[in-house]
Formats: sequence, structure tokens, C-alpha cells
Amino acid sequence: MSAITPDVVQAHQLTPAEYERILELLGREPTYTELGIFSVMWSEHCSYKSTRRHLKKLPTQGPRILQGPGENAGIIDIGDGWAIAFKIESHNHPSFIEPFQGAATGVGGILRDIFTMGARPIAVMDALRFGPLDDPQAGARNRRILEGVVSGIAHYGNCFGVPTIGGETVFDECYNGNPLVNVFALGVFRHDEVFYARASGVGNPVIYVGAKTGKDGIHGASMASTEFTEESKQKRPNVQVGDPFLEKLLLEACLEAMKTGAIVGIQDMGAAGLTCSTCEMGSRAGTGIEIDLQHVPQRETGMTPYEIMLSESQERMLLVAEKGREDEVVRVFRKWGLDAVTVGVVTGDGLLHVKDHGETVARIPNRALADEAPIYDRPYTAPYRAAPMDGPTFESADPGADLVALLTSGDLCSQRWIWEQYDYMVRTNTTLGPGADAAIVRIKGTETSVAMALDGNERYCYLDPREGAKLIVAECCRNLSTVGATPVAATNNLNYGNPERPEIMAQIVESIEGMSEACRHFGTPITGGNVSLYNETLGEPIRPSPVMGIVGLLGTAGPVPVEFPRAGLAILLLGGLGDCEPRRFGGTQYAKVALKDLWGLPPALDMDLEARVQEFTRRVVGSGLAASAHDLGGGGLAVALAECSFGAAGIGARIQLDSGLRKEYLLFHEGPSRVLVSTADPEAVRRMAAELDVEAPLIGWTSPDWLEIENRGVRVVHLKVEELRALWENALPSRLGELGPGGAGSGAM
Amino acid sequence: MKFGVVVFPGSNCDHDAWYSISHNLGHKAEFVWHRETRLSDLDAVILPGGFSYGDYLRCGAIAKFSPVMSAVKDFAAAGGLVAGICNGFQILTECGLLPGALIRNRNLKFICRELPVAVETTDSSFTNAAVKGQVLRLPIAHGEGCYVADERTLDELEAEDRVAFRYLDNANGSQRAIAGILDARRNVLGMMPHPERATDPLMGSSDGLVVFESMVGALAERR
Repeated sequence: MSAITPDVVQAHQLTPAEYERILELLGREPTYTELGIFSVMWSEHCSYKSTRRHLKKLPTQGPRILQGPGENAGIIDIGDGWAIAFKIESHNHPSFIEPFQGAATGVGGILRDIFTMGARPIAVMDALRFGPLDDPQAGARNRRILEGVVSGIAHYGNCFGVPTIGGETVFDECYNGNPLVNVFALGVFRHDEVFYARASGVGNPVIYVGAKTGKDGIHGASMASTEFTEESKQKRPNVQVGDPFLEKLLLEACLEAMKTGAIVGIQDMGAAGLTCSTCEMGSRAGTGIEIDLQHVPQRETGMTPYEIMLSESQERMLLVAEKGREDEVVRVFRKWGLDAVTVGVVTGDGLLHVKDHGETVARIPNRALADEAPIYDRPYTAPYRAAPMDGPTFESADPGADLVALLTSGDLCSQRWIWEQYDYMVRTNTTLGPGADAAIVRIKGTETSVAMALDGNERYCYLDPREGAKLIVAECCRNLSTVGATPVAATNNLNYGNPERPEIMAQIVESIEGMSEACRHFGTPITGGNVSLYNETLGEPIRPSPVMGIVGLLGTAGPVPVEFPRAGLAILLLGGLGDCEPRRFGGTQYAKVALKDLWGLPPALDMDLEARVQEFTRRVVGSGLAASAHDLGGGGLAVALAECSFGAAGIGARIQLDSGLRKEYLLFHEGPSRVLVSTADPEAVRRMAAELDVEAPLIGWTSPDWLEIENRGVRVVHLKVEELRALWENALPSRLGELGPGGAGSGAM
Repeated sequence: MKFGVVVFPGSNCDHDAWYSISHNLGHKAEFVWHRETRLSDLDAVILPGGFSYGDYLRCGAIAKFSPVMSAVKDFAAAGGLVAGICNGFQILTECGLLPGALIRNRNLKFICRELPVAVETTDSSFTNAAVKGQVLRLPIAHGEGCYVADERTLDELEAEDRVAFRYLDNANGSQRAIAGILDARRNVLGMMPHPERATDPLMGSSDGLVVFESMVGALAERR
């Protein structure tokens, strides 16, 4: 066994002070295996040591919350004895090193978090961030990462048999060296089918199930807690390799074994593998766990205790069964062709006691690992930003051409190329799939459906992390309201740079506080989530990129589409045209795409107005008055109108506005609290608007073939819907060097 | 009427087939484990979509050797109705119940899309309730659904009226846009599109019901 020198401590990414603390907790020098165990459990990834203080500010209580943060996933009640479990998790660092496997195992990891609780996964969504595909230096690599990530997600989710029903993809230079892959998963079960990750019952057997343990992914958790350097490319063996087929078997076997009633507690082996599952299950139950590594199924010979404890091999679970009923559990796993081996026993001493062939290799109090990780109050100053408050002067020569530029930009173009690679229908619950404001799955056996949306906006958060985070929560809730769902609970993925820099820590603190305020306002407590820090490559941090995943409930019914279904319908802009000023325009997609600039502040948000507009939208959609509904987001009114025109019917719009705003603001500002609906009964909608004190101007009518926008008698946009749609549809495939069907028709307009 | 839905390790559309038959069609359906060697009391067998045995080696190549497939072969030989959907179609070609093979989609990517599919023959137990030329909106969801066979086989399939369905949008690049075929005795069907996903208007289409209704009609006539 190697001696523990300061170099060894440093190589484990533990600070001298942290090592002192280990010495204190143990009252002796740790063994090499123990040092490894501490290093993963105390890594940023597993311990949240930089953010824990601030995460406490988030609201976690609500009438529907059955399980808040602290378990593998949050659980909310959806009525009639049914519940859903959901969570979002990142796999950013592995996806940069090895995009396909990194993304695939990201999907695998979050799925296990859901089914380890007893829920059957019924939906996955992804929030993806890449560098620009046409970046002069990094373009080729960015394209390769995008292709790898998308096919990795498709590979895992499709084979496992869970529909990937939506998400969002954003391209920005800040992700050139640090892409983000955040995966959200949601599962369904009955209230009495919930399982927890607790090792209760002294004397109960501890059983290892699933894949064999190999040398892959050793120190994955601590890798995810450091910045990237040139040497990171050498870390490829740290990335795990996923096997979705095995995970599918594990899912079926776990759910079947749970029905035997012989399982006391269960946890997946994700980050930090066997280490994390043993000490966390013991810590939660106030018990100890003793295991002997000789019983752990191993993929290769000669693995050391250190390697076995730290391996992040995929598709493994640890469970505690009722003593004497092991066979009932083992029989189910055998049926599915999986290993199920008793590796240890629950003890009453609160220790994680690891033996190898009877000889002790680690003996650590569970609480020291799981609950007594150092918590830092990292200093923070003003949030980092290197953008001016005032932007350039500009004048659009051709707003129609600007609209085309926006609709063919990475963030706003059709993402069909991505989502068509995902099986978004398997399990036949998807009533609204990818490409809409939110996705919806119905819950079979009930009249209830669950809607979900993911949102983030690194430009807003860079300009003002607090306001940016509020805007993200507002947008996510607005997305849900637009499909008729009432937002009920949220999960968050907090992606930032190095928290040891005070100006980055400030981004984290401010956005958590903003998020907290908005989640309280919109009644969406946070049931759990994930923090991903050190998203920096060669000292270059990503922009602050919190991602929200919010879940809403609605009655099961045919969905209201985004697109205008027929001509002759009135178009109303719920919430009104809104307002803009020069500083509030600098974070928009127009500033990004047409001006290639960033300045000022994010759009102004009035949360009371936002809540009223959302309530109003839910009523309009829920009452059947809306023939279509689409909320305004990136690119503002003009982009939203174009997206509403991209239905199969080819129905566009004739819009007549009466506004004193300059045309660029009018068409492209991103003021929140606005939703476009088309309706056959505008009067009924306007009466409802008056009741809720929300503006709902009639701005035009749906009409065939053309999108035409006039302001005060001046035509500012006049484009043929078919041509515009072809450009929008083909933008992504053509950037990837593949022209989709009909790609030839992309002439300039 | 009793349908059996075979469950291979890795099947993932088994539940969808079961649900559409039992809930949307209103007939009995039960799951058949891959180790089963007898299918005695079933009227029809569905080989569902998914990734049987992980689809390692080649799609359907390992499923071919499963115990249940010997029983399925006997069942088919005795004239029983066997419908292989997606992975089920791949398995049927692998074990020789249907000619040809399914290879990677022409664009080398998984494609999930609802698309128009034409009914090419009504002379089968799977299409008799449809109208010849009827266009069904059915989803596809596969990475390896490009149907290929040698020219003679393709000519034979057409000459014997054994092309059951043809794509009107040939997304995967299948030869002669073939989406589904019958065996020579017309009691075994393989198709890449998913009729079971299109049996409820809430899912966007119920055009797939006609396949199951045809089967029910054909079985009723036999009784």
C-alpha cells in the first residue's frame, strides 16, 4: 500500500485542510483505499460543498411534494394514488471527452435515479449546449460533439425504451471547450410503490445486482470537479461505457423484485459507484454496512480494493433485502439473466467497513463521508461580466432578412435533425412531442397528463444572473401554461465555472437567489437537482447556465398545437406587445445573430403580470377557445409568428400593428409575459382578458401562404411561408453538411 | 380471440402492443416469455419492437435462437397468424420466415417519424379490412429498417402480391419502398412501421387499428 504523501493527497484533489479533517475524523492516517473513498465523496460533484449553503435558500415545500431534495429523485403527488419522480442531471465533462458514451451514460445514470425509487421511467428530455457549428476554429470539433452527443442519447434512450420527448439546444462560443449535456427524466408509480435508498435493519443482507465491476470511470466524480486542461484528453478511460440493454433488464428486474416485498432499500451505483451507494444508504438509515469485495462480480482479474470501490461501471444497483428472503430477490434477477450476489450485511455501528478476503481495507464512519463533507462559504463579489451596458447604434435595412437570419440561426432553427433520432413515442403516452413549447405524456389508467419543459438562457444570466434566473423560471412556467398545464414542481441543473473565483461564485449565488424568488412566486418548489461546477477550459468559464426543468399537470386531452390550423382565425397577443428600451435589447437573439453583440440587461420581468398572463393562457387553452397557442421566447414576436406558420397546412398570418416602438424592438424584443393564440372567438378571449386585467390585443388574422407584418400602415415583413419554412428546416442539416429533404429550395429571399 | 405478445429480453414495444390490443382493440392479449416453448392456446402471435438481446451482432440475430422462436416457427407452419413489428420483422427475416434483410437506414441514423404508408394488398389476414391503396399514417422508429433483397426475391414478392405495405415517404431508403411483406402462405407478416402506436386518436393516429381488426376478422372467419 502506498504511503500517503502530500502529493498523493493533491492528486486526489483534496486540499491540505481537507486532509487534516480526514485525519481528525479517523483519528489516524487513512489507507490508500480510504483516501480514494474520501476523495470521491468529498468531491464537488458528490458533496455540493461550494453550493450547499446557498441551495438551502431554494423552496422545497409544497402541497404536492412527497419527497424533496436528498433522495435519488424528487416525488410529487399527481392524484388518484399516483405519483411521479423526476430529476435533472448533468454529464458535461464526460460528454466533452467522449461525446457518445458521455451522453449515453448521462441518460443511463438519470434513468437509474428514477427507477431505483420504484418508478417506471416514461419520459426523458435534454438541455444541450454546444459551441457554434460554424466556428472558424472549433467548428469541426463542435459538429463532432453534437453528432456524438445526439447519437449517444438516441442509442441509450431508444434501446432502453423511454421516449425522449423534447428539450432545447443552444449554441454559443462559451461552450466551445465545454459543452453541456443535462438530462431530465421522469417516471411514474403508485404511492405505495416508492422505495428509498436506506440500509435499514441490522443483519439484513446487502445485495449487489447488475453489471460486473470493471476499471472504467474510476474517479469520474472527481474528474467532474476540476477544470479542463490539455491533459484532459488523457482522461478518456475515466469515461464509463454504457449498455442500455443491460439497463433495460435491470429496470425490469428491479421493478419485478420490488413487487416481492422483500426489498428494504435500494440505490443505484452512479457517481462514486459502490462507495457512494454503501455510505449513503447507511448514513440515511443511521446504520453501518460491512462488505467483502471478494464477492463483488468483477469484469477483470487483479482489481485492487481501491479500484473496485471507485469504479463507475454502469448498470449496477445495491439493495438491502429482508433477511431470509434473499432468494426471492435473487430469483427475479436470475430470470432476467443478471448477477445478484450478497456482498455484505447491514450493521449497527454506523461504519462503512470494507474488507477484501476478510482483511479490512477501509473502515470509515458513514456520516463522515456522506454528511460531514466540508462545506465552504466561498467568497463572492460582483458577478463576472465583460459586457458594456450600452450597445451599438444600429438600423435594420431589411427586417425580413433579419427574420430569416434568426430562423436559420443555431438556437432558433428547426431541431428536427436532433429529435428525429430519438424515439419520442415508445410506450404510447406522448400526446405532445418534441418541437412544441412543452412536451406532454398521459398517465395511463388516469385522466391526468404530465407536461414538462426545460429552459435556460446563458445570455440573460451573464448580464444579470439574478434576473436571468427569474426569467428562466418564468419562461419554463409559461411554456407549461401555453400547453394548458399548471406548473407544480421543479428540478434544476446549475452549470457554472470555477466557484473558487469570487466573481463566478457571485453568479452562482445570485442566480440561486433569483431562482428561489421566482420558484416561490410561481408555486414550483424544487425537489432536487444537480450542480456542475468547474465548467472551464484553459481558464475560460462558460457563461452562467442554470437550466430549469419544470413539471405541470393537466387533464388528458388532445393537445392544442403551436401552429395555426386554418385561415381566418383571429390572432391575439396575450400580455400585449410589451415594451423595450436600448439596454433591454442587448441580451436578445437579435443582438446575438444580427449584431453579434451582447450588452445591457436582460428583458424586464414583472412577475405579477407574468403570473396573470399564465393563468389567463391556461384558461384560454383549457376552455378550448385556442385553436393554437405559442409563447414568445427567443427572437420575440416575429420569430413566434413564423413558428406558428410552420404547420402542415402552410397557414401564415396578416398582422397589423399600431405601435410606437422602433421596428427592431417591435419585431424582435424578448419581453416576457406574452403568448400568441389563434381563435375563432376573439370576443370571448378578450372578455376573459378583462377579468384578469391582462391585455390581449387582436393583432391580425391567419391567412394562407404568406407571413405579412405591418406597423402603422408600413409593411415590415412579407415572406412566403413555404420558403421560410424550408430555410428553417434545413438550417441545421446543412450546417452539418447534410441537406435534408427539400433542401434544394433554399434560395435567398 | 387471444393474442400473444412475445417478450424477449430487450423488447420495449411489448407493452404498447399489449395495451393497444387489450385497451384500444378490446381483445385479450397476454405476454409470452422468450423461454416459452409452447403457444398452444393462442390465436395470433405478435413479435414486438425493441432491441431483443440488445440486438448485438445484428438486429434479431440472437433472438433467432431463442426457445420461443422454435415454437413460433411451428405455430406459423400450422397456419397461425404471426405479425412481426419493427424488431419483430428483423427477427422474422433472420430466422428465415420472411425473405430479405433489414439494414441500416440510408442516412445511417435512427429515424422516428409518422409517415404515410400505402396498403398494397388486401389479400391477407393483416390487411383484409383495409382498402387497396388506402394510405395509413403510421410511425416508424428504427435505425435499421432499410429493406433489401436480391432482385429475384423482390420481383417474386411483387409478382405474388406479397408486398403488404409501401412507404409513400421512403425515409429509410428501402428497396422498392417496401414497408411490410407477407410469407408465401400469407399468414406471416413483417412490417417496420408501428401499427400498435397508431391505435388511439390521442396519439395522433388510429390508422394502425386496421391491421389488428383485419387479424380479428380473419380469425373469426376461421372459427
